Amino acid sequence: MRKIWGIPGGIHPPENKDQSLQQPIAEIALPELLVLPLSQHMGTAAEPIVAVGERVLTGQEIAAAKGLVSAPVHASTSGEIVAIEERAIAHPSGMTDLCMVLRPDGRDQWIELHACEDYTRLDHQQLVEKVRAAGIVGLGGAGFPTAVKLNPRANYDIDTLIINGTECEPYITADDALMQAHADEVVAGTRLLAHMLDNPQQVLIGIEDNKPKAIAAMEAALAAGEGHPGSAVEVCTFPTKYPSGGEKQLIQILTGREVPSEQIPANIGVVCQNTGTAQAAWRAVRFGEPLIARITTVVGEALQTQRNIRARLGTPIAHVLAAHGFDAERCSRLVMGGPMMGFTLPTADVPIVKTTNCILAPSREELPPPPPAQACIRCGMCAEACPASLLPQQLFWYSQAQDYEKLQAYNLSDCIECGACAYVCPSNIPLVQYYRASKSTIRRMETEKEKSDRSRQRFEFHKQRIAREEAEKEAKRAARKKAAEQAKQKLAQARAAGGGERTGGSQADPVSAAMARAQTRQVAPQQQQAKLERAVSSAESRLQRARQRCDEAGDEQRDKLQARVKEAQARLDDARQKLAAHEGTGQAADKPDPVATAIARAQAKMALPPAERLRNNIASLQKRLATARQKLDQARQAGSDTVEALQTGVAKLETKIAATRAELDDLQAGAVPEHAQAPSADSEAATAAIEKAKARAAARADMSPEEKLRSQIESLQDRLQKARLRLEKARADNDDNTDAFRTAAEKLEAKLTQTQQQLQQQPVTTDTSH
Amino acid sequence: MPLLRITSPHTHSPGNTGDVMQQVMLATIPGLIALSYFFGPGSLMNVVMASFTAVACEAAVMKLRRRPVMFYINDYSAVVTGVLLGLSLPPYCPWWIVAVSTGFAIVVAKHLYGGMGFNPFNPAMVGYVVVLISFPVEMTQWAAPRTALPDGQSLLGPLSALQQIWLDTGIDGHTAATPLDVFKQNDSQLVQHLYATEPVFAAGRWAGAGWEWVNLGFLIGGAYLLYRRIFTWHAPVAMLVALTLMATIFYDGGSSTSGGSPLLHLLSGGTMLGAFFIITDPVTSATSNRGKLIFGASIGVLIYIIRSWGNYPDAVAFAVLLMNFAAPFIDYYTVPRTYGHDKPRRATDNRP
Repeated sequence: MRKIWGIPGGIHPPENKDQSLQQPIAEIALPELLVLPLSQHMGTAAEPIVAVGERVLTGQEIAAAKGLVSAPVHASTSGEIVAIEERAIAHPSGMTDLCMVLRPDGRDQWIELHACEDYTRLDHQQLVEKVRAAGIVGLGGAGFPTAVKLNPRANYDIDTLIINGTECEPYITADDALMQAHADEVVAGTRLLAHMLDNPQQVLIGIEDNKPKAIAAMEAALAAGEGHPGSAVEVCTFPTKYPSGGEKQLIQILTGREVPSEQIPANIGVVCQNTGTAQAAWRAVRFGEPLIARITTVVGEALQTQRNIRARLGTPIAHVLAAHGFDAERCSRLVMGGPMMGFTLPTADVPIVKTTNCILAPSREELPPPPPAQACIRCGMCAEACPASLLPQQLFWYSQAQDYEKLQAYNLSDCIECGACAYVCPSNIPLVQYYRASKSTIRRMETEKEKSDRSRQRFEFHKQRIAREEAEKEAKRAARKKAAEQAKQKLAQARAAGGGERTGGSQADPVSAAMARAQTRQVAPQQQQAKLERAVSSAESRLQRARQRCDEAGDEQRDKLQARVKEAQARLDDARQKLAAHEGTGQAADKPDPVATAIARAQAKMALPPAERLRNNIASLQKRLATARQKLDQARQAGSDTVEALQTGVAKLETKIAATRAELDDLQAGAVPEHAQAPSADSEAATAAIEKAKARAAARADMSPEEKLRSQIESLQDRLQKARLRLEKARADNDDNTDAFRTAAEKLEAKLTQTQQQLQQQPVTTDTSH
Repeated sequence: MPLLRITSPHTHSPGNTGDVMQQVMLATIPGLIALSYFFGPGSLMNVVMASFTAVACEAAVMKLRRRPVMFYINDYSAVVTGVLLGLSLPPYCPWWIVAVSTGFAIVVAKHLYGGMGFNPFNPAMVGYVVVLISFPVEMTQWAAPRTALPDGQSLLGPLSALQQIWLDTGIDGHTAATPLDVFKQNDSQLVQHLYATEPVFAAGRWAGAGWEWVNLGFLIGGAYLLYRRIFTWHAPVAMLVALTLMATIFYDGGSSTSGGSPLLHLLSGGTMLGAFFIITDPVTSATSNRGKLIFGASIGVLIYIIRSWGNYPDAVAFAVLLMNFAAPFIDYYTVPRTYGHDKPRRATDNRP
């Protein structure tokens, strides 16, 4: 005997199971129309594969599964498809959904079925496909496609298969009747499912102890099949208590394990299937029979006959009720499912679907309308009854307050809506209704949040992209501006070097550029020194502060602070070193060092024989050509728009190389001595520029800082004047560049005043420095 | 015929709040019989008067709040408050004490806080404490039990009782110190001397004449309610165990400073009435079972502390009110472990 675990909570409502078990399972006549909803299961709705007006046979697939979590729909009898349209379906909200309407021809002509004598000869995938093709879904009520459950992910190690024959809801006896009548098929189905799950260690059939006949039948069927290969199957009985038949509860009762919140049983190695599902799966594999009918309990005092029927899917409930002597006058409500978890139907026109395990038509006395709710007295009976160990009264309280955060904190999502709390509530509060409303609100809020999160992300990405583009543009603009300024400076230098004339030519340019560079660098050292001095003083003060704090601090903080002191010290040293180094170079910088190097570089270039120079040119051009070709190839492969431009670039480079080569050839052919004796006019100009630059640099080196500044001021004034003239001219011509000229002039003015100020301060600073 | 459209469950257990309250009233009968037998008809008169006052107040408030009067009267909660208050008040106390305490309990402690289900404090205990603090003289005069009466005296008859209640004609000799009073005022005698000399103990068996039977009566009533699953065992058992433990720890063998034996504490004063009828009031106690254990045990400890070292001989009302304060706090930290979760979570934890 295996250990049976207890579950917390639970209730013992009147069972009311006898009235429907007095007669054997019956068949009822075919209705005039069968209505087959395309969504009788959990997951995506099926898709019609037959057209209106087509004749279909019993068991023929009329709508195909769409996607993985879906199930096909089959014709429940032979006949004609007369419509594919929206019809009221069995749903608590009374909504409509796409249904296939079938007019039976009364012949019930089956399609050809593919039986299978020995399923062990099929591989797992074939079996799963057979179950899937038969449209088998969980018949216990949830309607989850069985094939999906029988094909668990590889990382789930399934060690337990549970067949759920608990049927804890009052009134419902469909599984009970099935087990009594077809125990052999249920057992065979159980073995099939176990086989499909690689024969788990334990295969358990859970039945509440209020079904002695079913238990006996199942045990007899098991004994008859003794010696069957595969896992041993065990019938487990346990005390009757609602809701033991809930999947999570049954797993807890039989294994002591709990399905972790928001996970599925496969996570803990368990697969749970309903007895009806097991039988249907077996028939699907053994006989190739699709799911076209199910056993449904038809019960309630408003009926003359109460029994279980084998109902064809799609049979309108009104037709079923009519066949059982329904007295509409006595009936207060129609419930699909049991009295604890079933839902009321808005109309009797809805069809029986795969998940319809019970139709309850109670009289008004049997299930009286609920009395008005009283105030919650916090009696705690609901918490006593809750099988999930929730605090229903807190959930109720926060549901009323619409405090969804608190509801989640109190694990509302773990509520299985069994209704035990509402059943015991002495104040008749419809607790489950509150929970359902809150749950759906939370679900809606989550979807909305997800949506808004996504759009926010999109927006932020968009913003980032815009900002990046802006920054790139800005950088380009700055680069252009810088280049323009440099060019301007170069021009000014060249003018200064060439006595205001444009004598420099191409060879003179590098010299003036080098001079310009040297000049800009010469202004910088003073600023840099000031910066470094500031850095040293701030590092000093930081060190002092750190030391002070270290002295004041307690023991436990001292270590940390000492580290900080060390760090400050290191920084100070670093800053001092930098300053010292700078002072060294700064003195050197006063001498025309950069200028000299630039001159030297230019001279070196000049000194190269022209042939050498040309060869160098060719080499660099060839290098450029190679990279250009590479780029072109890449662009071609990528099919980029720049191919053409690149092509012209390559062509240009080629012609340039050719020209340079020609020049080199010329040079080598004729003018070797010429080169040695007579430098070109250009190089003459360059040497002149070099001489001038040298003189200037020498003059500068001799100048005192004061003089330097004076000369700077002079040149600045000169430049300013020129700039003003240019500006005026531009204004007169109404030039587009007026603004640019104005800013240039303004800048020059500012620079001039700055230099003048420096000049005024100069004697003072020199005094203090000495 | 339109079909009813309501959500599940469609069936409901028999019984409602009114039935629960009726069961509670039924369960007070053994205790009330004991009270009436040992102390005369005073308690019964209290109960009747308090019940009528409670219902009248409830009806008046409901009328003011424009609610259906009968719907709320029918939940019997007001009557239960009246009955419990009547059982707590001293027999033969003046009528206005009953009226003031009941009125305060219903109007202020219950309805000003939002009515049934919303009151943070036990209404009966609030009413009791209000008159205890306001009218200490009247509230500390408890009738002498039948078995401890001086020779030649008998219990008050119904007529003289009514006279005392309505005309406030004090009749000397009919009041006596309760066992807890005796211990409170004792500072020189050993416990065994007290048991020998004080009439209330001399005439009693374990914990004072009359009182022990009254407490046993409420214990029987409480056991009945437990059997009927009106409430769970957690709070009462925790309270009684805690009180017993405290009394055992501080009994010290019966010196002159002893707090009294565990049996004395269990069977005197309002112990059993409190354990089974007051702290089990669902509205004002903790909700989870663990919470109820903490709630009950804390009350047990507080009762002993106030009885032994406080200013009042009995302490049920104060202890209960103090813990009513703490009930929401206890609830915060005693959320049970939900199915599928590794550990219980605090209600302050907002993770999804």
